[in-house]
Amino acid sequence: MSTQSNLERVLKNGAFAVTSECGPPRGADPEVVKKKGGCLNGYADCINVTDNQTSVVRMSSFSACLVLKGMGLDPVMQMVCRDRNRIAIQSDILGAAALGINNLLCLSGDHQKFGDHPMAKNVFDIDSIQLIQTVKQMRDEGKFISGEEVKGKPNIFIGCAENPFADPFEIRALRLAKKAAAGAQFVQTQCVFNVERFEKWMEMVRDLGVHEKMYILAGITPMKSIGMARYMKNSVPGMDVPEEQIERLKGVPKEKVAEEGIKIAVETIERVKAIKGVAGVHIMAIEWEDRVPEIVKAAGLYPRP
Amino acid sequence: MIVANRKPFEEIIAMLKPYSKILLLGCNECVTVCATGGSKEVAVLASEIRLYRQKEGKPVEIREVTLERNCDPEYVESLNPFIHDYEVVMSMACGCGIQFVGEHYRDRLVLPAINTTFEGVTEEHGVWVERCQGCGNCVLDRTLGICPVTRCAKSIFNGPCGGSQGGKCEVDKDLPCAWQLIVDRHKEMNMMDKYLEIQPMKDWSTSRDGGPRKRVREDLKI
Amino acid sequence: MRLSYPTNVKIIKVPCTGRVDVILVLKAFENGADGAYLVGCLEGDCHYLVGNLRARKRVEYLKHILDECGIGGERVAMYNLSSAEGQHFAEVAREMTDKIRNLGPSPAKQTAVRKI
Repeated sequence: MSTQSNLERVLKNGAFAVTSECGPPRGADPEVVKKKGGCLNGYADCINVTDNQTSVVRMSSFSACLVLKGMGLDPVMQMVCRDRNRIAIQSDILGAAALGINNLLCLSGDHQKFGDHPMAKNVFDIDSIQLIQTVKQMRDEGKFISGEEVKGKPNIFIGCAENPFADPFEIRALRLAKKAAAGAQFVQTQCVFNVERFEKWMEMVRDLGVHEKMYILAGITPMKSIGMARYMKNSVPGMDVPEEQIERLKGVPKEKVAEEGIKIAVETIERVKAIKGVAGVHIMAIEWEDRVPEIVKAAGLYPRP
Repeated sequence: MIVANRKPFEEIIAMLKPYSKILLLGCNECVTVCATGGSKEVAVLASEIRLYRQKEGKPVEIREVTLERNCDPEYVESLNPFIHDYEVVMSMACGCGIQFVGEHYRDRLVLPAINTTFEGVTEEHGVWVERCQGCGNCVLDRTLGICPVTRCAKSIFNGPCGGSQGGKCEVDKDLPCAWQLIVDRHKEMNMMDKYLEIQPMKDWSTSRDGGPRKRVREDLKI
Repeated sequence: MRLSYPTNVKIIKVPCTGRVDVILVLKAFENGADGAYLVGCLEGDCHYLVGNLRARKRVEYLKHILDECGIGGERVAMYNLSSAEGQHFAEVAREMTDKIRNLGPSPAKQTAVRKI
């Protein structure tokens, strides 16, 4: 059974998919979202909108998705379990489907301690795997969590995230298998810098047959500066940035660092494309959306099917 | 045991400002074990308050009493002969005890000298850690003895999340990731196949989310 | 050794500084002391093994308590000496006396009432 999702169409046709993302503003101005959408238009099959990422209050994913939809784009709504209980979650799923949002990425969410409102109450009524089950149940069986009938099933392409570089390493493939069993149809991974380690993870994933149960999109983030690379290496949990890539950035003159970062990103795309079981890439160019078109072009992925 | 921390001194002093005859209550159970509100801590706090008030030129009289427990009526009733000689009661017992004494002596305010925090265990002498949230529906059989509700910062039932790093939780690098512990236990007990089972959603109605709770044993009611 | 040290120092003998509970020092301040110090054995030489280490930790805690209630953590101190160091003992007494004298009388002094 298919949804109206453009991403699903591209993946089902066997083409190498490209998704990207934009972060909504910390204010009520929709023009910010429109501008980002405009940069990415035509270069991605679907565009994710983050959901209060790192627990920092931003315009909701739901509303920013609608802004993108109004431009003719196909957005991926992200939903975290941190801020909503199962009542609000099911309600938003119905609302998203009603307004033509075709894709939902189911996430746990960063703990509120990281954000700008650490005093907030925790929700975490259900976890990300139970959230995947919920969407699947509402869509395929037409039932709410309570077991009662959904009058008007939400037809949504279900996604999830996974971090191949988090610990414990040995169970990361197992956890993805669990998500596939719960009903996830595509996964976007945390950004890949250490391709060897990613290859190892993909091997474990293939051993479990997960690559045949869901579409795997490798996360790609171009590094803007040496500072950014260092920050990601040392201060972001679950990131593996090989020292040699930082050395590469240091080896070029200051004005050329950003370009080198983009070069590395393009090379990474080419390397992951060659790995069996990888169905696409998810380009996360945080506050650098205007460079995504050249990355997509340089990787030979333009025009989009 | 119930674990608590003494409130900052400024808060305590501010609460006691209008009073000069104070009854300072302690408890011989949980707050003694976590060295927050037992007879020793009552003595130290009383001394501190007296020294401060002497310094301010507003001396205060404090009676120090430590009850066996503050959560059973028999012990609370023992305060009857003298509680009314004091203007106010300040309690170093847990939140339960503070309220219970107030319920028994409606004409006296009972002020909290401590912040009740969690149900926990003694990890080592002088260190107490949280173990139980009182969710009302224990799943320790399913997670091989490690509580995901309490020990996972996100109360995940199918963990770990992507923030688990080096066996530590993303929230605090000194906090072990509960799901790392659970996975390790599954490996230790040779039960990794159980890990693949998707744990169902929690019924939170048995926890405080469902409203304040009560337990009754009819056969014990007199 | 017949060395002299200031007459304002009142000595209370204990079998080990580890016996000194926090409340005892606080009571001293309540009863009008301007300062208090513990003299324990050299670290590693405690007859009861770790009594003097426990005492040091309690003195740290006392500093925090005395700062909190406005009396001043500088009024309490821990020293480690061997029982043979008579000269050092006298020096410590003088040093502590000078320190307290400079700090002035304890702020709790004005209305201190002797409690049993």
